[in-house]
Amino acid sequence: MDFDLTKEQKMIRREVRKFAESEIAPVAAELDEKEEFSADITKKMGEIGLLGLFVSEQYGGEGLDYISYIIAVEEVARVDGSQAATIAAGNSLGIGPLYYFGNEEQKRKYLPKLCSGEALWGFGLTEPDAGSDAGGSKTTAVKNADEWVLNGSKIFITNAACELSLGITVQAVTGTRPNGKPEYTCFILEHGTPGFKAVPMHKKMMWRASSTAELYFNDVRIPKENMLGNKGEGFHQMLQTLDRGRLSIAAMGLGGAQGAYEAALKYSRQRIQFGQSISRFQAVAFKLADSAMEIECARNLLYKTCWLLDNKRQFEKEAAMAKLYCSEVMGRVVNHAVQIYGGYGLMKENSVERFYRDQKLLDIGEGTSEIQRIVIARHIGCL
Amino acid sequence: MNIIVCLKQVPDTEAQIKIAGDAKSIVTDDIKWVMNPYDEFGVEEALKTKEKFGGEVTVIGLGPKRVTETIRTALAMGADKGILICDDAADGSDSIAVAKALAAAIKGMEYDLIFTGQRGVDDDLGVVGASVAEFLDIPQLSLIEDVEFAEDGKSVKVKRPVEGEVLTIESSLPVLITTQKGLNEPRYASLPGIMKAKKKPLDQKTLSDLGLDASDFGEGARKLKIVELLSPPARSAGKIIEGESPQEKAAELARLLHEEAKLL
Repeated sequence: MDFDLTKEQKMIRREVRKFAESEIAPVAAELDEKEEFSADITKKMGEIGLLGLFVSEQYGGEGLDYISYIIAVEEVARVDGSQAATIAAGNSLGIGPLYYFGNEEQKRKYLPKLCSGEALWGFGLTEPDAGSDAGGSKTTAVKNADEWVLNGSKIFITNAACELSLGITVQAVTGTRPNGKPEYTCFILEHGTPGFKAVPMHKKMMWRASSTAELYFNDVRIPKENMLGNKGEGFHQMLQTLDRGRLSIAAMGLGGAQGAYEAALKYSRQRIQFGQSISRFQAVAFKLADSAMEIECARNLLYKTCWLLDNKRQFEKEAAMAKLYCSEVMGRVVNHAVQIYGGYGLMKENSVERFYRDQKLLDIGEGTSEIQRIVIARHIGCL
Repeated sequence: MNIIVCLKQVPDTEAQIKIAGDAKSIVTDDIKWVMNPYDEFGVEEALKTKEKFGGEVTVIGLGPKRVTETIRTALAMGADKGILICDDAADGSDSIAVAKALAAAIKGMEYDLIFTGQRGVDDDLGVVGASVAEFLDIPQLSLIEDVEFAEDGKSVKVKRPVEGEVLTIESSLPVLITTQKGLNEPRYASLPGIMKAKKKPLDQKTLSDLGLDASDFGEGARKLKIVELLSPPARSAGKIIEGESPQEKAAELARLLHEEAKLL
């Protein structure tokens, strides 16, 4: 067994950490407070190569392995959940479907802009009445001569309503399959197309500096060339996208846990109560020991899952496990971190307060923890 | 324009420094090593100059194998080639010996310009840059915060801060420039840069490869010997001045500054 990262992977960690600490950390609290998306930071993240990591060089990507991508997300999340969300969603949900399922022309048209960070792309799946039950989608696309006419709406779509938003991949019902279930197809839809409206969602509890949108489609006419893959492939494209996307959400959990743990450890060694550092009290030390152990386990599980994917093995079960475990580890670690900070942990001037809020999304987004348990249960033969 | 950057690997400025048992060196086990921040300015300036005039940037470092990491970082930022002078006999060399080895590596090369940090943030001696220029018999411009080349790329005009004023100096090339804070904002090594660095040449040389005599290097050949390293004295606890009113507290503070601290 070889647990060593390559020289390049280590260097990626070091450089992304340096970037996150110098460019993101100083503004993270303010952007969170103002609930403001920063196009400037997104472009800078694009410049150093945080978008399109796994895309081959001919489309403007870097042709890196999946583990490098995950390390990059982890390092950004160690400093700020919102910016990590922008790149995790930008890569896994924005770039991913176009790269894996798009035809040559579609890839050439969109990927270079998305990989450079000058534009972002959304993935329209969740609907107001179709969350965990993705089968309840009501957005439809009906063929009319050389076009498809789209009607419906989507909700909670990351990167889809900011100044950099270029377009979305939207999943719509295009008919009924022989077994009576709906048939889904994905389409490429650019912002600015008549009838397509993207509205930013505000008053969020977490990821406040990332862009989240509600999307409305009112007789939107999509040229037939904008179909992604073939008619009826939408459901599988969505499943495959989510399987990979889970790894980047897991990386956010791992990185967030690491950031909160480091802050709590540092604070506990400085904070004096009863004449000594509170880290010397078992009640505090055990919380930190548990956090360190769980982070170690989470990292091993996530990296192994990336290894499976990079080596073209089955990784879907482990991806669900990693998403679930890393999210829940971060939940326990941020809870400990705020507890160790005491009253100060409840105040916005300490990053652990933000980490505590940002964590909650990880239990819910890209498949809730409950859905992950169902996925795992199916893989092990329960259901 | 062919540019050389001499760089040093130093402990991270945030690393906790512990003095070793011999009281003459530091414990290096847990230290995170980084590129000397002043040398980073040198790499950035070299890359900017190359972007304008073309040519090649070569980075040279001296030290143990781990220094390759720092050289790779410079390659990932955009430098073209790296040279590491790596020889057990060079361990413990003083600044003059280091400069001698760097100059020997540079001597056979074609270059117009050498950048290096005005000092290493570890030993803070600031001797290597000037010594390399001396060994190569070229002019040196030290503590530079602005560099501007003539349109034809044949001469350079630089600025050095001097006691609140700015001194502008002009020089022909080749020249060695030591960099001061404020010269530029070093770029990050981008992820594509990191992957490209993998394929860039990084040569390793020993002292004898450079035609040098090992007995001029190492601990034994030091002209400058470290007698003892001491930690700065621990700060004693502060004093809180008690008093009924601000006036009373101020009067007490003035009395203490006068009688105890003897500052007034």
